[in-house]
Amino acid sequence: MNVSDVILEMKDITKQFASVKALDKVNFKVKRGEIHALCGENGAGKSTLMKVLSGVYPFGDYEGDIVFEDGVCQFKNIRQSEDLGIVIIHQELALIPHLSIAENIFLGNEQEKNGIINWNETLAEAKKYLEMVGLSESPETLITDIGVGKQQLVEIAKAIAKKVKLLILDEPTAALNEDDSENLLNLLLTFKEQGITSIIISHKLNEVTAVSDSITILRDGQTIETLDKAKGEATEERIIKGMVGRDLSQRFPEREPNIGEVIFEVKNWNAYHPLHKDRKILDDINFHIRKGEIVGIAGLMGAGRTELAMSIFGKSYGAKISGEMFKDGKELRLNHATDAIEAGLAYVSEDRKGNGLLLEETVMRNISLASLGKLSSNGVMNEYEEAKEAEDYRKKLNIKTPSIWQLVGNLSGGNQQKVVLSKWMLSEPDILFLDEPTRGIDVGSKYEIYTIIQELAAMGKGICMISSELPEILGICHRIYAMNEGRITGEVLQKDATGEIMMGYMTSHVEGEIKNEK
Amino acid sequence: MKNSVTTDEKQNGTDEQNVKGLAILGNMKQYSMVLFLVIVGAFFQFLTNGTFLRPLNVTNVILQNSHILILAIGMLMVIVLGHIDLSVGSVAAFVGAVAAILIINNGMNPFLAILLCLMLGGVIGAWQGFWIAYVKVPAFIVTLAGMLVFRGLTIVVLGGRTIASFPDMFRSLSSGFIPDVFGGGTELHVTTLLVGALFSLVIAIILVLARKKRISYSFSVPSMPVFIVQLVAIAAIVMAFSYTLASHAGIPNVLFILVSLIVIYYFATTKMKAGRYLYAIGGNEKAAQLSGIKTQKVVFWTFVNMGMLAGLSGLIFSARLNASTAAAGDLFELNAIAACFIGGASSSGGVGKVMGAIVGGLVMAIINNGMSLLGVGIDWQQAIMGLVLLSAVAVDVYNKKSAA
Repeated sequence: MNVSDVILEMKDITKQFASVKALDKVNFKVKRGEIHALCGENGAGKSTLMKVLSGVYPFGDYEGDIVFEDGVCQFKNIRQSEDLGIVIIHQELALIPHLSIAENIFLGNEQEKNGIINWNETLAEAKKYLEMVGLSESPETLITDIGVGKQQLVEIAKAIAKKVKLLILDEPTAALNEDDSENLLNLLLTFKEQGITSIIISHKLNEVTAVSDSITILRDGQTIETLDKAKGEATEERIIKGMVGRDLSQRFPEREPNIGEVIFEVKNWNAYHPLHKDRKILDDINFHIRKGEIVGIAGLMGAGRTELAMSIFGKSYGAKISGEMFKDGKELRLNHATDAIEAGLAYVSEDRKGNGLLLEETVMRNISLASLGKLSSNGVMNEYEEAKEAEDYRKKLNIKTPSIWQLVGNLSGGNQQKVVLSKWMLSEPDILFLDEPTRGIDVGSKYEIYTIIQELAAMGKGICMISSELPEILGICHRIYAMNEGRITGEVLQKDATGEIMMGYMTSHVEGEIKNEK
Repeated sequence: MKNSVTTDEKQNGTDEQNVKGLAILGNMKQYSMVLFLVIVGAFFQFLTNGTFLRPLNVTNVILQNSHILILAIGMLMVIVLGHIDLSVGSVAAFVGAVAAILIINNGMNPFLAILLCLMLGGVIGAWQGFWIAYVKVPAFIVTLAGMLVFRGLTIVVLGGRTIASFPDMFRSLSSGFIPDVFGGGTELHVTTLLVGALFSLVIAIILVLARKKRISYSFSVPSMPVFIVQLVAIAAIVMAFSYTLASHAGIPNVLFILVSLIVIYYFATTKMKAGRYLYAIGGNEKAAQLSGIKTQKVVFWTFVNMGMLAGLSGLIFSARLNASTAAAGDLFELNAIAACFIGGASSSGGVGKVMGAIVGGLVMAIINNGMSLLGVGIDWQQAIMGLVLLSAVAVDVYNKKSAA
């Protein structure tokens, strides 16, 4: 291969977060003028790699070399990578809602002279870029007045305005409907003809195989392989195999399940986006949990898993929620988290810091938060009982903290997660929804948390575990539902489940054939 | 009051030593403010050649500032929730004006009028709480509007005039003293001393019971000698204060009201479920909601409470002035807010204590009073007050940064 054919080469990139190696000697090579897809499970290191490339993690923060257009790069910030023509468009769009399209396109890159903006120039140029991305909106339209699909196009126009040579798109179609997605992918093909190189990170394998020339697969922070479409290597099966293939033994505690009657059931569950009320987030969901059973919900980012759990948990998410749910055969109507807790439900949030913990409060006060009623009489707290319960859980779950009076913000991720689990165990639920219970915590703590989950199941509780990590779902769930685009697309028993089968369902667009478990 | 049943003192065990260090660090801010209060007091005592701590002056400081301290209690709870209330000064003026109309113009029974006025304050709080909690209009906007609305309504109700001369019964709300039932012609107000002694005894009993309970749950407690020193110190402070008041005219009625409120709200915020709700919502509203706390309801009732306390503050101020004027309550809100922040509350919510707000309010009261005694003009007093507020919060921010 001729050297100048390669626009970007990342060599032996290693990036460490505290004790976790997010990237481990990753090699990544992109040819000039191609569309290169980056695939991998959540947490495989795709976004981290792109953040290293774009200077979000500055030089010195990682090991290895970045060679762009035959020059070694040492970016200190995003500005420097953008000056060379590397532009990244993040999953969460970085547009300012109450500014116009034109103002957003030239944000930080204003058409000005001596600090005075030339509005005619700005609007004329913006119009030119909008035409290039095929967006027929006035450049004076406010961002908040256009849909997500068009916003995505504005982001791309913004990138072109920066004279982009290498365009990086992180999950560009995750929030788009099919028409908008197709538009966007066609646009990438047009850019390819104009000589712009693109990298796309995507979970949608059908899209990946349709548009990309090469596909690099990452797993656990390492490069697995790069597939060349011209050689016919880029099949969905092969990508899936690369994404999930790893040794599962010894990472999960063994335990014989003791599964009983159906304890919880959801029927015909629908919900819409809380802001965009015409966007359906959950589409006719049906599932059930048995006593002592750990049910997994597998799905990729944006599949609607968290939304499902939260909408069930006292309508804590979504609008126009409809459907029925039953506990022990009796119908439940839950309008607030309070009702859900009273009915014996618990929800451990995926967003530990944002939705789960009071970081500036003590371990004790966090553990008691969902059980204040039980720990008080006539509104007066029984602080002694509270401390005793907190101390019990500290010992039971082996929370590593100097004492229960320590601030939760000072604990490690794994121990914080144990505090959240303690909180919900203290509320004595019958059904627990665990949303990404092991996200961002080390392997040792993960094993402990799996053990706790299995013990809860052994006590006869129904567990619903949402996880983006397929191995852990396959490792500890007795039965697994797959979700994609707000629908349940498959149901598999643990003994029948493999990573390939699950990934197939998780990326499937048709309602899965629900197998009868009996 | 010592916070002895929760986190402060743990002396047994190596594990607990660490905790003690942390707990003290956490309470540093509060203690450092108390220390600051003492230093400022001593400073003025020296500069004024002893006038500052004379019984007459101490009594005056209480009479002149209790309406702000009452507001600070309510404001603290609003601030802990992460909100703000700019309307309390106007609400106080409005309620005071309505009281004047009811009592002076219509001759209503003062007790009935007070009750109606407190309810009026609560209704105003409910009005503002509704917009803030349920419609989600930012509290800053709602109460800024309230500040204008109720200032305007005050002038409307008073017809632009000052309405003066309340009956004695109403005035005693602010200017009266508890009667001396044992007033046997001595120089000292004996009842005041007895109340002081009783108060010390009650605190001592509560602390002893709490200590026993801690032991029964096998939590660590301070050693006996340390505990006794604590008890004696608390009793000494209470008795010295009682003696000072007894040397003048005894306990002002308004001090009785103020102390009752402090005890009630201290208890509610530290020992009751409702208090946990406040701190949980202020710390992380989403987490509180998902833990089953009805956050909107809590916000609503906190503003109702604030409205009632603003009403009470307005009544006390009118009673002290013996008149209701359109200018009453000017800057009350800012003084109450400043008291909370000087006392360690965080503007981002979740942090702050009733006792802190009271100490903050006292720091301001003492500096004001001391400067007045020294003949410093109101102009310089305001400027210095502003700098005290800024430095108190700056120190707080710096401490948090270096702790992180």
